[in-house]
Amino acid sequence: MSDAEQITKKFMYINRKAPYGTIYAWESLEVVLIAAAFDQDISLAFIDDGVYQLTKGQKTEAIGLKNFSATYRALGDYDIQKIYVEKESLETRGLTLDDLQHLVYEDEDDDYAEKDSIKLVSADELGKIMEEQNVVLSF
Amino acid sequence: MKFGILVNEGPYQHQASDTAYNFVKSALEKGHEIYRVFFYHDGVNNGTRLTSPPQDDRNVVDRWSALAKENDLDMVICVAAAQRRGIVDQGEMERNGKDASNIAEGFRISGLGQLVEAGIQSDRLVVFGD
Amino acid sequence: MSMLHTVNKSPFNNDALSKCLQCAQPGSSILFIEDGVYASREGTTFTDSVKEALKDKQVYVLQPDLDARGMNSSLIDGIKTVDYSGFVDLTTEHDSVQSWL
Repeated sequence: MSDAEQITKKFMYINRKAPYGTIYAWESLEVVLIAAAFDQDISLAFIDDGVYQLTKGQKTEAIGLKNFSATYRALGDYDIQKIYVEKESLETRGLTLDDLQHLVYEDEDDDYAEKDSIKLVSADELGKIMEEQNVVLSF
Repeated sequence: MKFGILVNEGPYQHQASDTAYNFVKSALEKGHEIYRVFFYHDGVNNGTRLTSPPQDDRNVVDRWSALAKENDLDMVICVAAAQRRGIVDQGEMERNGKDASNIAEGFRISGLGQLVEAGIQSDRLVVFGD
Repeated sequence: MSMLHTVNKSPFNNDALSKCLQCAQPGSSILFIEDGVYASREGTTFTDSVKEALKDKQVYVLQPDLDARGMNSSLIDGIKTVDYSGFVDLTTEHDSVQSWL
């Protein structure tokens, strides 16, 4: 662990699956929460059905599954500041940024100003960001 | 080169575990090092010794165990995913008051930090899943 | 930096290939494995987009998965076949790997 902490790598966690229908979204989020403790450079990407993970207004009481949508709002507290949403995936699903939860972080380099974590990017832009990563994890 | 491997699917249902096995075997034959194989999601089901596939089929679990033994592989099953799915070692059995354990030889149960650490320590991390 | 993308889904069933082709940068490589190998054939609705990708990327297919599925003929011109050893080499020749799960 002490060795590990000396290396900083760029990790991207890629989410392409919708929540609840399968467990991937939740278990992927569990990895991200643990990963945040490792002091690495973390970003998340939501592509294709993955964008459904971030929607507002999820209510799961009647299906009996744990509602984990609030956890995405806590990501800022874990110092996760880069959340990329692929533009076309939103558009083809008839969604806009307004349909997604408002995710923010506090920028310690800017007097703890609250800033948007979500960045809308094209597939090409996302592809370029992916190439900059050392480790890409998909679930 | 040093590899970290993530296996996200269980045996038989999906080819992911087979592909991961063939990849790891080939990487070892080529002289590469496998830093760790981490089993997550339904991938934890690769680590139960209670599977008994038909004689004419491959035994996915035994095959992983044998590869681990021959090459001293570190094969880690995620504890949170394992608890949900009933993959239990002696320690988990005692901690959770279960009446049996079922972990296969060569596997150990540990936390998700082991996956992140594999990403940090390996030169390449390769994910196999659905 | 160059990336190896692996696609293990039939393109007829999942957007993995389509999105991979949109994201993959010139100079990167794409490897079809498992059910992803169905995208490597001539005469499908995805043939043109794979040929487009071949203009500035390398495209590979895992031979054992092709063989298993009886898909050994009509490979798109320019796609190279690899075995598991070749798969391992591809991961070492690129800086990182993105599996389009």
